[in-house]
Amino acid sequence: MRVLKFLLQKEFRQIFRDKNMIRMMFMVPIIQLLILPQAANYTIRNINVAIVDLDRSDYSNKFTNKVLSSGYFKLTAFTPSYQEAYALIEKDKADIVLEIPQGFERNLTRENKQKFSLDINAINGVKAAVGYGYLSNIIQDFNNQIRLEWIQPTSLNPIPNIEVTSSNWYNPNLSYYLFMVPGVLVLLVTLIGGNMTALNIVKEKEIGTIEQINVTPIKKYHFILGKLIPFWCLGVIIFTIGLLIARIVYGIIPLGSVALLYLFLSVYLIAIVGFGLLISTYSETQQQAQSLTFFFIQIFNLMGGLFTPIDSMPVWAKVITKVIPISYFIDVMRMIVIKGSQFHDVLHHILIVFAMGVILNTWAILNYRKTT
Amino acid sequence: MLFGVPVVQIVLFGFALTNEIKNSNIVIVDNAKDMASQQIINKLASTDYFIIHKELLSSNQIDASFKSGDIKLAIVFPLNFNEDLTHTNHAQIQVIADASDPNTGTTLTNYVTGIVADYNAQFNKDIEIPYQINQEVRMLYNPDLKGAPNFVPGVIAMVMLLVCVMMTSISIVREKELGTMEVLLVSPFKPILVIFAKAIPYLALSIINLTIILILSVFALDLPIKGSIVLLYAVSILFIITCLSLGLLVSTGASTQQGAMTLSLVGMMLPTLMLSGYMFPIENMPMPLQILSNIVPAKWFYITIKDIMLKGLGVRFIWKEILILFGMTVFFLFLSLKNFKKRLE
Repeated sequence: MRVLKFLLQKEFRQIFRDKNMIRMMFMVPIIQLLILPQAANYTIRNINVAIVDLDRSDYSNKFTNKVLSSGYFKLTAFTPSYQEAYALIEKDKADIVLEIPQGFERNLTRENKQKFSLDINAINGVKAAVGYGYLSNIIQDFNNQIRLEWIQPTSLNPIPNIEVTSSNWYNPNLSYYLFMVPGVLVLLVTLIGGNMTALNIVKEKEIGTIEQINVTPIKKYHFILGKLIPFWCLGVIIFTIGLLIARIVYGIIPLGSVALLYLFLSVYLIAIVGFGLLISTYSETQQQAQSLTFFFIQIFNLMGGLFTPIDSMPVWAKVITKVIPISYFIDVMRMIVIKGSQFHDVLHHILIVFAMGVILNTWAILNYRKTT
Repeated sequence: MLFGVPVVQIVLFGFALTNEIKNSNIVIVDNAKDMASQQIINKLASTDYFIIHKELLSSNQIDASFKSGDIKLAIVFPLNFNEDLTHTNHAQIQVIADASDPNTGTTLTNYVTGIVADYNAQFNKDIEIPYQINQEVRMLYNPDLKGAPNFVPGVIAMVMLLVCVMMTSISIVREKELGTMEVLLVSPFKPILVIFAKAIPYLALSIINLTIILILSVFALDLPIKGSIVLLYAVSILFIITCLSLGLLVSTGASTQQGAMTLSLVGMMLPTLMLSGYMFPIENMPMPLQILSNIVPAKWFYITIKDIMLKGLGVRFIWKEILILFGMTVFFLFLSLKNFKKRLE
């Protein structure tokens, strides 16, 4: 115990001596939390539409007004011909070309049938699908309006109609911040916790102080614990700063228990610090350690479910998400903060991450050699 | 590592990371259990959007399932669904989404709405509906709405940036650290020749990487190159040179390998990932970030690559972007040569 106390004293002194480290600890979370959620916004709005109105009738006017006032679409231009509108798509000025055929109003009354044509730039498939969804709803709506105006309805519902009513639980305003900020906070704790730990032992290797420790009677697990505990504390501090920023800047207050969040964080940090330690026992230079962490952090970043849904990934990719700890924390964080999930909902996650922590740390202790 | 990274990235981005939403676990609470509800359920099951669980849950139980993360959406059919539909001509389906992920929530709701509307149209097939407005839709460039067309050009930009900026800057700084740079500079070689000699291997490497990515995307991801390959390579080489000059600039600013690494990672990779438009749509960002995105070279490259590869456009449409990239290159080269000379004094 006494040995550990001295080691901890040494580590904390070293951490707080490095002004760069302190700056990084406070600035990085603040900047990231302020900028990243602003940029990572998938809400699809402001779809640019070019309208080719060949009819120029009362009804085509009503329709275009309806589209533009829906809030989802922004008018790029009214063009006199289809070719000009298409050129706008090629130049990325427009996402959708909406063409209203000549004689639309007249033919609708005569033939009972008319067609709008829509050309959608589908390079971004999701945007195309959502934009099409919005537009076809508007068309449907417009169609119903016309029918009501033109026919005296004989009964209340002239044709069989299935109505879908929808409700959005937990996030009725569909705020993207509520979804993104907790996830980004997890990424941050992982990034700083993992990276700083990984560089730490390697630094001792590079400047040679590790030799001095190796010749003392300090036990291997003492040494590893002495590294683990300080970075564990740093992780908790960063997380707390992040939670405060989420509350002050974004007004996000966890719906579930904050104590449960910290409980999971404690377990998670053991795993992630262990991961950093493991990397540092495997590398000889700081550059090596940095490249290795960069490689893994990138995979964590992309496969952890922060930006793209895990459900849609192919099976082999889902297997990867199962073995990286970050995907569990992102999941738990969102469950507790947004939905207010309880202890029994996240127990499964806690157990898995705890097992990962035990494995990673044991591995690190075993792999740390006092002799070269 | 230099060849491994692009392959790993293209595989990850191409196959694993999509913004599409499919295979979502949903629960159907079928209180009706009649013909119409069954037909709609069959229709829902025939898509690959959903993995359907059928259970009779109360509202509280749905809440619990959302909280444990088991399901993303609940669809509730009321009692007497079919009867309502055939007798009163009006029936209701309730859709409850877990909107903690707003995108998934709304997209799944849209899927259901679309499928039900489809069923409704089929149901009414034999009835003559007055004043019907139809739509004829063409999904341009990517009719199957796949994720890859959006990502592949972005990956190309990322890989070029990684190899050229990071590797060039590190290799130049390493010579500084080791002191061999001084040796080269006192030799009769002109400094500019030394720099060119450093850059050319990375240029070659990047062209090979580009070729690997293109081959992978054509054969593994089924993404044809619609425009001219010559133009594609020409623009890519221009972008590689932009990146190389950026790497040069970074190397004049950093004195240690670690510094060069941090500068290229934090200063280049992060803004590129965030602001080039392939991960997150730029038009959704707040104004300051939108303006900031204009100085990210990868944004302009991403636009040109998309235009050439996916839309098959020619020089006529992309000369502006090419000019901007060219201007940036000249600017970076000028800056780094200026800094470089200063160091010699």
